[in-house]
Amino acid sequence: MASDRIFGLITLITAVAYIAAATQIQTNLFSGQFLPKLFPLLIGAVAAISSLVLIFKPDPDPEWPQSATWLNMAIAVAVLSIYAVLITPLGFILPTMFAAGIISYQIAPNVRNAALSGIGLSLLLFALFKYALGLGNIVAYKIPTLASLWDALTILIPFVGGH
Amino acid sequence: MDILSNLALGFSVALSPYTLMLAIIGCFLGTIIGALPGLGPSNGVAILIPITFTLGLDATAALVLMTSVYYGAMYGGRISSILLNIPGDEPALMTTLDGYPMAKAGRAGDALVLSGVASFVGAFLATIGLMLLAPVLARVAFLFGPAEYFALYLLAFCTLGGMASNNQAKSAIAACIGLGIAMIGVDSSSGLPRLTGGNLHLFDGIDFLVAIVGLFAIAEVFFFIESHGKGSAIGVVLDKVRIPWKDIVATRWTMLRASLVGFIAGVLPGAGASLGSFMAYMSEKSIAGEKGGFGTGVAKGVAAPEAGNNSAAGGALVPMLTLGVPGSGTTAVLLALLMTLNITPGPTLFRENPDVVWGLIASLLIANIVLLLMNVPMVKIFVKVLTVPAWVLLPGVTMISFVGIYSLSGSYFDLLLMIGFGVLGYFLRKLDVPTVPVILGILLGGNMEDALRRAMTLSDGDATYLFSSWIAIGLWVAAFAGFIAPMFLRNLLKKPQAVTD
Repeated sequence: MASDRIFGLITLITAVAYIAAATQIQTNLFSGQFLPKLFPLLIGAVAAISSLVLIFKPDPDPEWPQSATWLNMAIAVAVLSIYAVLITPLGFILPTMFAAGIISYQIAPNVRNAALSGIGLSLLLFALFKYALGLGNIVAYKIPTLASLWDALTILIPFVGGH
Repeated sequence: MDILSNLALGFSVALSPYTLMLAIIGCFLGTIIGALPGLGPSNGVAILIPITFTLGLDATAALVLMTSVYYGAMYGGRISSILLNIPGDEPALMTTLDGYPMAKAGRAGDALVLSGVASFVGAFLATIGLMLLAPVLARVAFLFGPAEYFALYLLAFCTLGGMASNNQAKSAIAACIGLGIAMIGVDSSSGLPRLTGGNLHLFDGIDFLVAIVGLFAIAEVFFFIESHGKGSAIGVVLDKVRIPWKDIVATRWTMLRASLVGFIAGVLPGAGASLGSFMAYMSEKSIAGEKGGFGTGVAKGVAAPEAGNNSAAGGALVPMLTLGVPGSGTTAVLLALLMTLNITPGPTLFRENPDVVWGLIASLLIANIVLLLMNVPMVKIFVKVLTVPAWVLLPGVTMISFVGIYSLSGSYFDLLLMIGFGVLGYFLRKLDVPTVPVILGILLGGNMEDALRRAMTLSDGDATYLFSSWIAIGLWVAAFAGFIAPMFLRNLLKKPQAVTD
């Protein structure tokens, strides 16, 4: 009950914000005054109505995971995000080794298996992409500088990095 | 004779040694992908699209490879349904109902071979149906103007929401999420950015591949973290695999009927393979009656949903190729593939790119035969794949997804967006909100808006233009019926629950 109501509330707020943003869409002579806004407004309206239905007629709650599992998933999201920004300055092998190892540990907490799958997967996939598929330009390894590492990590800090 | 000459053209495209090799590789890869727990046709194909794109294969080669993977994954999905009682995707659920009891009764090999043959029959008949029906529908589609197209897109969302989900409001929200995302980016007519919040990365819009891989593949990782990779151990022993001729002959009419039912369900826009396997199973169950013993591991209960499922998958290609409206999650992914290759499905596809269409149809036939030949003797190899532990598989899938998406634009932004979609996918699936309408919305949003805008421009802003032809009115009525009718039918057509140990 509560989960659906919260979800409905979030989508309702998003829908209202979307409608508000849609009214602000810039137009010019080529597009006409109204056409670029019409469809976004319709989408927002349908979403808002559906959200209201959900708030008033929610389904039973799903089974949510334990708090420890939430922590594991948050760690996974953090690791993947850091991986996403580090793949440019550091290249493929080293970040993949850590990311794959940590995700593996989150699924089955066994240090030896996790380390093995991290090392194995990074080397195997590197070989696969570089030699079998010829995508060496994508999985190339790079030597980072401190500045490039810092640049990459600041992307994840709101309002600081990102270009 | 038109069809035969077209088919000859298709085979001349698809039957070179190189494409034949791609078809065999694709079938093999696909069967493995389908068999792997947590991977199915939609996320398996989704992960491979960006990589295929980067490899620089030409359109025909890429299409042959990916359709083989797609068909292979449909075949492979039944392996985990039968041996593990874990359906790889939604339509495979029906196969577990009789497949798993049959495997527990010591007839795992029979069930696997029989379902393979049923898949072949369903897919083969559906491909023939596709050849006959698609050109006809393509001619009808020329009558469609913007008003009809708008109503048709609406119909796809409505039937998808009505049939495939348990709560209409949730599927409407899902469709709106997808459509809303599709609006982001530079507007084609004014050249001005819309809804980007000033973020330069969003000016190009959000690539549907990022969303598909995030929602289908990355979200899976969170589910495995939640379950700690449990429930993927084989409880069934597979010994000698023989061809159960007796069962195959006994189920021949079941397979034919199920293929027909599945094909019709697949052709309906938005309904797709889930409905196909469901209808096929339920109709066979009622024909067999109480004495049929459906649900206890009978051969007909394995053959019917597999034939129906694969036939519906073929049938779903009809609206996808002729109208550009996919009927299911996997056909949505195939549509994404076509759009990545710069092929726009629709009635003009049959006129302008006959080599692509008929090449695709020919490669479906080839893939089907390759799969049947590959699956019976090699089923033991594919069963071995099931023992790959989740703690190797899921990190591997994640890393391949990252490389694929990174290869699209070389930007961290797409990767972060993909993680975001993964988190979104987890919460949506937890809350029983279907994710396929989200994908469909992102894929079709641009076209749907375009149809609406052209209709409004033609009629000078008169909304009644949307209902100005009988085809359009028919589609609107069908859309409302498809959305509302399941609310009343839900009690009548209760989905059978999976068997539990």
